[in-house]
Amino acid sequence: MSMFAYIGVALTLLIALLLARPMGAYISRAFDYTPGKLDRFFGPLEKIIYKLGGIRQNNQTWKQYLVALLVSNTVIVLIVYVIFRLQDKLPLNPAGIAAMSPDLAFNTAISFLTNTNLQHYSGESGLSLFSQMSAIIFMMFISPATGIAASIAFMRGLAGKPMGNFFVDLVRAITRILLPLCVVAALIFISQGVPQTLHTSVTATTLEGTQQQIGMGPIGSFLAIKEMGNNGGGFFGANSAHPFENPDAISNLLQMLLMLLVPISLPFTYGRIVGNPKQGRILFVSMAIMFLIMLSSSLYAEHQGNPLINQLGLQQSAGSMEGKEVRFGIEESSLYSVVTTASETGAVNTMHDTLTPIGGMIALSNMMLNTVFGGSGVGMMNVLMYAIISVFLSGLMVGRTPEFLGRKVEGKEMKLIAVTLLIQPLLILAPTTIALMVFPNTISNPGYHGLTQALYEFTSSAANNGSGFEGLGDNTVFWNLSTGIVMMLARFFSMVTLLAVAGSMLAKTPVPESSGTLRTDQALFGSVFIVVVVVVGALTFFPALVLGPIAEQLTLK
Amino acid sequence: MAIKMVWTTLRTSAILFIICCVIYQLVITGIAQLVMPHQASGSLIYNSKNQVIGSELIGQQFKDPQFFQGRVSSVDYNANGSGSSNLAPSNPALMERMKASIEEWKKQNPDVPVSSLPMDLITNSGSGLDPDISPSAAMAQVPRISKLTGVSQDKLQALITQNTNPPQLGMLGDSAVNVLKLNIGLEQLKAGSSS
Repeated sequence: MSMFAYIGVALTLLIALLLARPMGAYISRAFDYTPGKLDRFFGPLEKIIYKLGGIRQNNQTWKQYLVALLVSNTVIVLIVYVIFRLQDKLPLNPAGIAAMSPDLAFNTAISFLTNTNLQHYSGESGLSLFSQMSAIIFMMFISPATGIAASIAFMRGLAGKPMGNFFVDLVRAITRILLPLCVVAALIFISQGVPQTLHTSVTATTLEGTQQQIGMGPIGSFLAIKEMGNNGGGFFGANSAHPFENPDAISNLLQMLLMLLVPISLPFTYGRIVGNPKQGRILFVSMAIMFLIMLSSSLYAEHQGNPLINQLGLQQSAGSMEGKEVRFGIEESSLYSVVTTASETGAVNTMHDTLTPIGGMIALSNMMLNTVFGGSGVGMMNVLMYAIISVFLSGLMVGRTPEFLGRKVEGKEMKLIAVTLLIQPLLILAPTTIALMVFPNTISNPGYHGLTQALYEFTSSAANNGSGFEGLGDNTVFWNLSTGIVMMLARFFSMVTLLAVAGSMLAKTPVPESSGTLRTDQALFGSVFIVVVVVVGALTFFPALVLGPIAEQLTLK
Repeated sequence: MAIKMVWTTLRTSAILFIICCVIYQLVITGIAQLVMPHQASGSLIYNSKNQVIGSELIGQQFKDPQFFQGRVSSVDYNANGSGSSNLAPSNPALMERMKASIEEWKKQNPDVPVSSLPMDLITNSGSGLDPDISPSAAMAQVPRISKLTGVSQDKLQALITQNTNPPQLGMLGDSAVNVLKLNIGLEQLKAGSSS
């Protein structure tokens, strides 16, 4: 069976590959302000939204763009917080779900605002139907749309074009990209068995004569935007391992494609916006190489399984099925774990806590690097930051002022980037240390794995991923507040600094390309990019990985 | 500037809320209930008296050794919750649970050696509601069920083959046997052989 399963993995990646370029071209057209064919189709609806929303379609400076982004996100998160706090008094609460505590509501509101979807509650018992259908779904549209908008503005700035208008970009991301694809995807999901009903539960009398409560809800529409927007928050506690949230291998395939779609297309969008498609392609290929290395390591580890279980003398079928579902098996579970962490979605179809130590480490590494495609928009911004660092380091080595897209990269930009680079490990390692020292009782698994549990939680928060080693007892005031703050800083700090970089680059006069200019659209540049990502990532996180997953693997005997 | 943006945000949010939350979800729900009512309502299975006996997609608890048994569930197949016990590969509790499951297996299936016990029968599923087991996990239970119910091994094996779903498109996912459907088939076989 294994042979065919690998063809299945290859097929998934091949479909994704074929979609990336056309989708990238489509996204760049969707955000092009010069009137085109798309306006004829989407224009009428958008005009109504602009009019009723009071949106002036003027170009903003980078500061105005940023203020609009921050103000709108703040207003929305406050409304959502209030909904979670009052859900017991609001309508559509047939199961009588209680209001969220202040710290849990804080965590959940930030989590969905920042595209993280870390969940310290369980969907079945923590959210009313109203909260699921209003606050959660609304954030699931707004947060990826915000991320895509920010990345498009960043690309425009680097290309020396006007930054655009935040509200227009936000609306276009929803009307032209997220919503149409979600309608199609939702109907396909439902056809495979995902429920779409306003009933929240049905009682069955089982064959053995006992009562079984079966929870359900409007899951098809939820699932589509969950994956399409790189959100990842589950309707149910078990997320996409739940049969209603992922009934079969077809729905599983579609989920992976949706998670990858925007992140893998943006390099091509970038190439078109800056007028250098080759550079976009080089970045895509570099990331694809890292992705494939991660995937093969994970597949190998999951196939080897757990040596302790293998010693029990059971039927020799390779791999550990603990925490996995039979309908997916080893390959589709391992692939999903790599896709969800590379695209910073955070949906899971297998419990990451139960992955083999190395399989878990791969998921962790994807989030630590945060440049193996990355989430909706913000991933591409992070990748471009690393591209500028690569240019800067190369420039230092040959003793020339580095240039990126025909503009000099100077002290001001590099200071902003250096701070952005440093804040990520700080947001991960410092709170992990505090958690291990002060709150070890919230960690469910003993030994080295316990360290990984805490490390994973903060890495996932800082990468705005949202998956977890879910054994962690994380609905406590400490975990809710600490991960909430980490998610918020990780998301908005880099948006601020990187939009400032774009604004600063935009203000410079372009310098003509000369024979001494480092070409950023060749394989050599791609290699420098990969080396920079890996070296920076390894220097920062290798010690933590040795203490966690690597030590666990070595002691499994 | 900021005050004006608050106002723009509130107005834009109201419109987008109506589009993304109200219209999107209700239209999808409407189409789904109209075109695919079976799937949209949870793929429920009814008995002859039109009572719900379960969902095709959701696993059920089978404790009676006369039935085919499913995977280990940390939520006891209570489908108002979901999840796994999240035991790490290095957690001693995982080994203890598995060894207990193996002892239980030996007691219930004295004719089948432990070396024929497939992995998926004694591991916790991700959701706790896994409706499936592997074909070999179903086959391994045939001697026990045949002995307890009197249905011949050949008939049981045929029933399993009949209820095995191959990988989709021949390559996506693993072969799986739906335990609830298998047991419904078993009930019919028993009814057939006794009448």
